[in-house]
Amino acid sequence: MRPAHTTRGMFDVKKSIRRGMITTLAASTALVLAACGGGVTADESPSGSTSDGGTESSTGDTEAPEAGSLSGNLPGAGASSQGKAQEGWIAGFGDLEQGVTVTYDGVGSGGGREQFLSSGVLFAGSDSALKEDELASATDRCFGGEAVELPLYISPIAVIYNLPDTGVDNIQLDAATLAQIFRGEITTWDDAAIADQNPDATLPSTAITVVNRSDDSGTTENFTEYLFEASEGTWTDEASDAWPLPSQQSGDGTSGMVTTVSAAEGAIGYADASQAGDLGTVALQVGEEYVPFSPEAAAAAVDASPLSDDATEKRITYQLDRTTTEAGVYPLVLISYLIGCDTYDDASDAANVKAYFDYIASEDGQSRANEAAGVAPISDDLRTQVEAAIEMISAS
Amino acid sequence: MSTDVTPEAPGAEGRPLASRRGTTPGRFGNRLFAGLSTASGILILVTLAAVAIFLVREALPAITASPAAYADFTRDLNLGQYIGPLVFGTVLAALIALVIAVPLSIGIALFIAHYAPKRLSGPVAYVVDLLAAIPSVVYGLWGFFWLVPKIGPIMDWISQKLGFIPIFADYAPPAKNVTSAAIVLAVMILPIITAVSREVFLQTPRLHIEASLALGATRWEVARQAILPFGRSGVISASMLGLGRALGETMAVLMILAPFARGTEVYSIKILASAEHQTIAANIAQQIREAHGMGVSVLIASGLALFAITLVVNMAARWIVARRAAFSGAN
Repeated sequence: MRPAHTTRGMFDVKKSIRRGMITTLAASTALVLAACGGGVTADESPSGSTSDGGTESSTGDTEAPEAGSLSGNLPGAGASSQGKAQEGWIAGFGDLEQGVTVTYDGVGSGGGREQFLSSGVLFAGSDSALKEDELASATDRCFGGEAVELPLYISPIAVIYNLPDTGVDNIQLDAATLAQIFRGEITTWDDAAIADQNPDATLPSTAITVVNRSDDSGTTENFTEYLFEASEGTWTDEASDAWPLPSQQSGDGTSGMVTTVSAAEGAIGYADASQAGDLGTVALQVGEEYVPFSPEAAAAAVDASPLSDDATEKRITYQLDRTTTEAGVYPLVLISYLIGCDTYDDASDAANVKAYFDYIASEDGQSRANEAAGVAPISDDLRTQVEAAIEMISAS
Repeated sequence: MSTDVTPEAPGAEGRPLASRRGTTPGRFGNRLFAGLSTASGILILVTLAAVAIFLVREALPAITASPAAYADFTRDLNLGQYIGPLVFGTVLAALIALVIAVPLSIGIALFIAHYAPKRLSGPVAYVVDLLAAIPSVVYGLWGFFWLVPKIGPIMDWISQKLGFIPIFADYAPPAKNVTSAAIVLAVMILPIITAVSREVFLQTPRLHIEASLALGATRWEVARQAILPFGRSGVISASMLGLGRALGETMAVLMILAPFARGTEVYSIKILASAEHQTIAANIAQQIREAHGMGVSVLIASGLALFAITLVVNMAARWIVARRAAFSGAN
């Protein structure tokens, strides 16, 4: 009789504990979901206020003649790198065209292109241009037309390090030395290869901790591409969005990378330049000089690069020249494209995409992205080309 | 005749009371609640089955496909090579957490149940229970911003002095390694193990304790001779509950542990080295963001593996408890 009692008592307790646990789990799941939901939405409240042919919108200070007259939904998806800039653009565009609800889901470049090609979204953001087979299916998706690819997100990537009291603004490195560091072949900061290029810096004998991104990232892809092309054979792995070598230390996402580098003296990593904060950044050797990152130097890198072989006037895709020797160019940049169609079957879809892309390419849109995400504003030359491409978007 | 203080009253009184009121509304109420609770019970089973079916269905493409189909995602690893190190990392982190948490929990539970004065035991138990209410992201933040910088120098020292032993080799700052993650997991599972152990220890028959005392045992000997043997099965099942939570914990691990690069996965026993381990749950949370197509299927297959592991752990716990029940000494 007694054992029965005790056992039951025990199980009652266990049950109540388990219930508590489930509640906790549910709460943490909700938090995770909230944290993962990368989507951003424009303010939807005034959607009813501007119907077609309605009254003039109050914010009429734009170059677009029919400002405020558009309506509808404009869903997009793609690279999470663009996420912050898209938030800024959506907010800015929302002021101009209150009837259009733009959404951007940061599902990743591959997922964005996939959703775009299967007509799930009207535009995509992608850290790489459409591949050959994707171009073929883009013809179907674009109602017989072709895809439009615009390099409207140009962001410098900084090589960040945590080394106090070096006595210089930037440590100077050429690509080959950088590759050796990231391959783990140079293990201390006072190595001769580093010291030779930094005669003015005081370099400690601290061990170098190499930090890479642990998630897939366009930043990693561009950084490894730079190392592969510019290091003259020191870096042997081709560009990849996942770190190709056994890692020594890693961080999740840009913020994880920056906090990890910040947490260890002697650590070196790479991150979106706008997130570098107080950390030191490397000046890269270009030609005979060392160039620290800046939005201007990043934009110059795009202008100094040739278009890719299959680029057209609608698909302005670049083959970034990582080995450029031109003065004042910072070759370690990330280009993220906005991808749309030149033909939509619905007139309002075409008008919405056109207006949104137009806004992003405008000085206003680029400076907003600069504030929101440290994006390098595109040059006027590029803007002329982009605007010409956007002009060709129409309804079938 | 017995000094036993069992809290529950003998359960025979309830039934005649109900039948005395045996009018139609009462019967209707009985049937309603019987139906409701049966339905709830079935719902749980259906949900569990639905989860299992979902996992299997979504994982099937990856399981049946040739490794070439997802080579892009796994960097040329096949499914076993991809999931194996993840399973190893998951189990390793959970086991280290258990090694830390179980002795601590038993100590706390003994203290609350037998050593602490009544005035103190209540508040202490309450505070330990509160630990269970803290969300795992908060543990993650605490782990990364407080624990990692504090514990780094200690690990560095251990790695320098004892680095010739493989498990302590290759520490690299900051301390984003499996041991840091396991310490945070240990704090997270501490309240569950403590609460269950405490309740079991409180059930120790007064007679056993008094008999032990009468033989001249010290308090420690009482704990060893009477309380611990009686509570063993309870402590084991409590540990298994904790293990279940540690295996599935995502957010805290994701924020603290630096995982290996994909495609360079290893089975590593270097518990102080960073970028040598990863758990299934944290890996899914991290990789699902950029995964699509076959990659998603591979990740779900790893989720299926985690599901299987937790199922096995729970079944093992039940089996141990059932086997031990006969020897629990509760007679």
